[in-house]
Amino acid sequence: MSAEATAVAPLAVPTATPAAGPLQPYADDFVARTELRANEPAALCALRDRAFVRFTELGFPSMRQEAWRFTNVGPLARTAFVRAAPRKVTAEQAAPWIYAGTAHLVVVDGVVAPELSNLEAVPQGVRFGSLRDAIDAGGPAVELLGRHATFDDAPFAALNTALFEDGVLLHVERGVVCEVPLQVLFLSTATADEARISYPRLLVVAEEHSSAVLVERYATIGEGETLAVPVTELVVGADAVIDHYRLAQEGATNAQVGLQQLYCERGAHPTSYSVVTGGSLVRQDVRAVLAGEGVDAILNGLYLTRGRQHVDHQMYVEHRAPHCGSHELYKGILEDRSRAVFNGLIHVLPGAQKTDAKQTNRNLLLSNEALVNTNPQLRIFADDVKCTHGSTVGQLDDDAVFYLRSRGIGEEAAKSLLTYAFARDVIDRIKAPAVRHDLEELLLARLPKGDVVRQAL
Amino acid sequence: MLDIQNLHASVEGNEILRGITLQIRPGEVHAIMGPNGSGKSTLAQVLAGRDEYDVTDGRVLYGGEDLLEMAPEDRAREGIFLAFQYPVEIPGVSNTYFLKAALNAVRRHRGQPELDAVDFLRLVREKMKLVKMDESLLQRPVNEGFSGGEKKRNEIFHMAVLDPTLAILDETDSGLDIDALRIVADGVNALRGPERAFLVITHYQRLLNYIVPDFVHVLVDGRIVRSGGKELAFELEEKGYGWLEQEARADGSAAPVGAGA
Repeated sequence: MSAEATAVAPLAVPTATPAAGPLQPYADDFVARTELRANEPAALCALRDRAFVRFTELGFPSMRQEAWRFTNVGPLARTAFVRAAPRKVTAEQAAPWIYAGTAHLVVVDGVVAPELSNLEAVPQGVRFGSLRDAIDAGGPAVELLGRHATFDDAPFAALNTALFEDGVLLHVERGVVCEVPLQVLFLSTATADEARISYPRLLVVAEEHSSAVLVERYATIGEGETLAVPVTELVVGADAVIDHYRLAQEGATNAQVGLQQLYCERGAHPTSYSVVTGGSLVRQDVRAVLAGEGVDAILNGLYLTRGRQHVDHQMYVEHRAPHCGSHELYKGILEDRSRAVFNGLIHVLPGAQKTDAKQTNRNLLLSNEALVNTNPQLRIFADDVKCTHGSTVGQLDDDAVFYLRSRGIGEEAAKSLLTYAFARDVIDRIKAPAVRHDLEELLLARLPKGDVVRQAL
Repeated sequence: MLDIQNLHASVEGNEILRGITLQIRPGEVHAIMGPNGSGKSTLAQVLAGRDEYDVTDGRVLYGGEDLLEMAPEDRAREGIFLAFQYPVEIPGVSNTYFLKAALNAVRRHRGQPELDAVDFLRLVREKMKLVKMDESLLQRPVNEGFSGGEKKRNEIFHMAVLDPTLAILDETDSGLDIDALRIVADGVNALRGPERAFLVITHYQRLLNYIVPDFVHVLVDGRIVRSGGKELAFELEEKGYGWLEQEARADGSAAPVGAGA
């Protein structure tokens, strides 16, 4: 199967591609990289070929498709992005985005920058490094690449799979507890003279009984239009514990359309946060497959949007095995003319009895122009389950504002206090102290009279 | 201290207060009684600054200043406190944080230094004893999951900490059993003094057995139809509100039955 694909696809791709059109630059890039791919393992080569074919078949999604009803990628499709050749980033530029006390890898425009990284504290039994190096070296972890992050219905994930150059592999061996928190910083470099695209890739393989904390952070250096098309794959082995924080904090002209795929084996305890505080358009597909019994998955999120930001989360949680729990709490605070989309589906397959699934999405609108489309859904094919879902969209409660003011707290401070309180339970659930503190400060800094709120804390 | 002159207020075009005139001097306790829908709570909300009520006529002077021009927070900082009939639950904000922010806002306004954590806690502990409040309620979010009695006690506790000059109690007795009522009343009585005035709004005479007022006013259809001493409360307890409502309507000030309810 893979041998066939390797033989056929490279020839088929350019001819199968509709002439010119928005896909042409990507086809050109794919062809230009034929030689590079030739040095890769055959399985990966075949995967990339299939991915690119799938991308050309799917094309850029239109708003007529259900999963893209509220998010328009038309402007991105029409933009002539060029693959970002990694630029020099100084340690000073990267420093504000790196959490102290972490072992960290900095990835600039999709390629690891060793001079900005610090891996001294990485313990025995943990491989944390360049994905390209891992691919060249081979090994069982790399073979998992693309196994779970499927792209049949995901054109951007297909594009990443076809075109990613480097990225990060985190491989925690069986029984290893990685005490030091790890961070991957994906930096995009932007310039005024061209629109740049990059393909960040992250593969996490946590073997049985292992444990790690990982922060995956996105930021931009410089001003200009960029598009990041990331794919993150987390394979969480039996009884492994992974705390994963994904922070999208790019600038106002930086878009990203990403896929985050979680695959959980028996008894795994993954926690995965999606935090969005920056970016122009941020689309994040979060998919979790609970494949073995007794998985307890926590998927939380917080988005703070301003200006004309557009943030879209598409959640898909698949319960395949009995006695699994999934708990989703996503909250959004929207200002100005920003917009959020939350589309969540809990899918309980036949036989996944005793499933305990909960999905909650709450939104606070701080402006009359902000807009939310939220749609939590259940699809259940087992009869002994507990599944709940709910969503709310609302403004600050006038009664509460008046109550606070009637005790002497000024109007702005009262509103800020209530806004902070709204986000508080999601922030408090962040177990990594540095990330939690950072988000608290970011929210307080954005709130009018945030200092009053801080004093009250 | 408080001088209400011919106050008219309406909500969504319905006139609820139809000309209230009332003076309160320091140290006095005034009770406002009246049937449901007579405008008692509206009066409390207007005095505290709730903006969904339109004041269409009259004025209110507080310490000689135009109260109605002041924002709710400024009224509070100037010493007005409203104990809510339905205290609002505020998830995510602990009772202590809230009270600290409120107290420091009030102290800043009065030119007093903000309290540090130690002094604040000392003050809070002292005031909690007044209403026999459990210390665990300090760390809980404001009013969230509090029982009816705990909410009302919490209001009096806030009042004790914020040290107002005019306290308005809006049906603080509603929903309280006799023990809780006594605790709340004891808390209020402990705060009585020559500098502080109270406006106690209640439907039932019961509360006034414990908080003995200097003056009782009966509100019917948005007007004070009768004022008197504490004995007026006993008369109402005996005869109900019906006779006053009939009198009020016979006076030609008829409002449609149930208006403003």
